[in-house]
Amino acid sequence: MDSRKETMTSGKPDPFRSAKNIHENSTWQELTCGAEIYEPATSRLVNTGEWRVLTPVLEMEKCKHCMLCVPFCPDICIPVKDGRRLDTDLHYCKGCGICAKVCPFKAITMKREEK
Amino acid sequence: MEQNNKTVEIRWHGRGGQGAKTACLLLADVAFNSGKYVQGFPEYGPERMGAPITAYNRISDTPNRVHSNIYEPDFVVVVDETLLHTVDVTSGLKEGGAIIINSTRNPKEVRKQLGGYKGRVCVVDAGGISVRTLGKEFPNTPMLAATVKVSQVIDPEKFLADMEESLGHKFASKPQVIAGNMEALRFAMDEIREEQ
Amino acid sequence: MAIRERMSGNEAVAYAMKQINPDVMGAFPITPSTEIPQYFSKYIADGKVDTEFVAVESEHSAMSVCIGAAAAGARAVTATSSAGLALMWELLSVAASSRLPITMAVVNRALTGPININNDHSDSMGCRDTGWIQIYAENNQEVYDNYIQAMPISEYCRLPIMICQDGFITSHAVENITLLEDEVVKDFVGEYEPAHYLLKKDEPLAVGPYGVSPYYMEIKKAQAEAMKSAGERILSVAEAFEKISGRKYGFFEEYRLEDAEMAVVVIGSSAGTGKDAVDQLRAAGIKAGLLKIRVFRPFPMKEVAAALSGVKAVAVMDKAEGFSACGGPLFAEVRSALYDLEDRPKCINYVYGLGGRDVTVGTYETIFGELAEILRTGETGEVYRHIGQREGEE
Repeated sequence: MDSRKETMTSGKPDPFRSAKNIHENSTWQELTCGAEIYEPATSRLVNTGEWRVLTPVLEMEKCKHCMLCVPFCPDICIPVKDGRRLDTDLHYCKGCGICAKVCPFKAITMKREEK
Repeated sequence: MEQNNKTVEIRWHGRGGQGAKTACLLLADVAFNSGKYVQGFPEYGPERMGAPITAYNRISDTPNRVHSNIYEPDFVVVVDETLLHTVDVTSGLKEGGAIIINSTRNPKEVRKQLGGYKGRVCVVDAGGISVRTLGKEFPNTPMLAATVKVSQVIDPEKFLADMEESLGHKFASKPQVIAGNMEALRFAMDEIREEQ
Repeated sequence: MAIRERMSGNEAVAYAMKQINPDVMGAFPITPSTEIPQYFSKYIADGKVDTEFVAVESEHSAMSVCIGAAAAGARAVTATSSAGLALMWELLSVAASSRLPITMAVVNRALTGPININNDHSDSMGCRDTGWIQIYAENNQEVYDNYIQAMPISEYCRLPIMICQDGFITSHAVENITLLEDEVVKDFVGEYEPAHYLLKKDEPLAVGPYGVSPYYMEIKKAQAEAMKSAGERILSVAEAFEKISGRKYGFFEEYRLEDAEMAVVVIGSSAGTGKDAVDQLRAAGIKAGLLKIRVFRPFPMKEVAAALSGVKAVAVMDKAEGFSACGGPLFAEVRSALYDLEDRPKCINYVYGLGGRDVTVGTYETIFGELAEILRTGETGEVYRHIGQREGEE
């Protein structure tokens, strides 16, 4: 080619688009080439808490902070700080009930949420 | 860009494993080296040693555009004369052309097997020459030389010089192979027996 | 300075690959494309290139390697034929929808059924709608030239590309060829510098996400638009290539078409044979012409229509049987292109050359004879025809 630059992929605009700006109302022009996603951990953008019917209710006095619920949670709902688990992050909790099932101390019960 | 009438078409008949395809590609090589436009291609099928095979050359002063097989060759080369029993080797062969056959028999006798072909019949004992010069049955090298001599598609002297050079590259560490091959080429050119 | 050489079509592709020195080759041998990875692996063994050669256990894996490598940011290549291309089928669409610019040398061979190793276009025609650019060659020179143009086209458009040639007829035939110098090729093809790739450490990247219904259609539309705009790039690369080689390329080649009354449209090595037939007919005062398709995907619809607009009868030749019961794939495209003309030529289809059935100057004489008959009678007759097969009594 005349100039080496012209032969390259970068010869065509291929701009960075953040996943938070791509949604179900985006036009085809607003998607990325090949539907690539240019950043990590984009699941944080999805409010899976909307899917929840039953809510885990934690009785903190029964909790021994054994942390078994943490790896079993399929999402990112159980924050841990200084060796202690905190209250469930309901933004991501789908209400699957796995945490209640695996808790050896029956500290978690699934309850219908009153909205 | 009209294809001129000077395109020489050659058809090779041999058996799988005898080197007819190699000879065909070598002829393309040497013709290329003398400045020609060339095509060298075998007819492909399942590879079976001993089965009849066909290979083709087009040699011209202008680019060859046709990509079909050759049905009306100027020259036919038969690397294994037992093929005369089973293959119609003179099919489409131009009367003004020639057939070149690897045989110990005389051309008059061989002609009887050629279905009334009227053109030149040339015979060379390529098998015998290769045994004499290379110690083994390698008929394709002498057949290549005989084909050059009979067809005159390239100047025979130029051909010999070119072969000496390319063999020199190929067998730099085995000079005895070079000498044997060169002898085979020269004997083949000298020992062609022809009946008009 | 141009280099005068003689080599087979497979050697020519391997040589072009050597000059380009791609990052990764994933390949599995299949006749008649085997020689390409074979010759190329020798270049690797001899230290002529530093390509990572990944020997895989199937073509499905060969294409997977290319997809992984291309996503990682590498310039990835492969070669295949026939059943090998068929086994890649699933991944062809993955490569295209992920917009990965993979370069594949396709050495066209009949698809199995019955098994056959010889040439026709059923393999690449079978995957014509997978989103790959497809460029076809008439001879060794063209396949070499097309291969050198492949990456500047594909990497710019972010579409994978097939560089097709006819199995055995050009792949295994030694012919004269004019090569470019290594430096000229390297400069023309340039370095591959994708904007986004998996191994870019400061930009974590996800490739090939699940395209749920609310996104799938938009992704396909974007792909379709990329293919539509690829034509422009193909022409600008051809123009730049002419400057370094002196050889002119476009979407197709028009041979003695300007004042032709009848024409054939054909792809691949049979075009050269057709040109000789055209010359013979022209010498006899018959206004015959030929249009050789080079770029089949994207299909140059408007340009084909314009090129054939002055012709009265057209025979479209398909080296692939589509079993549509009404014509082959090239016929469908060409006849569709002609629809928009005010004054359309008569148009018939010939399926020819399947599984290595030879095509001669005589084949074209027959076809032009039948076109002349259509012009004489004004009757198109049967549109969907086959030529070259043995026929019994009806």
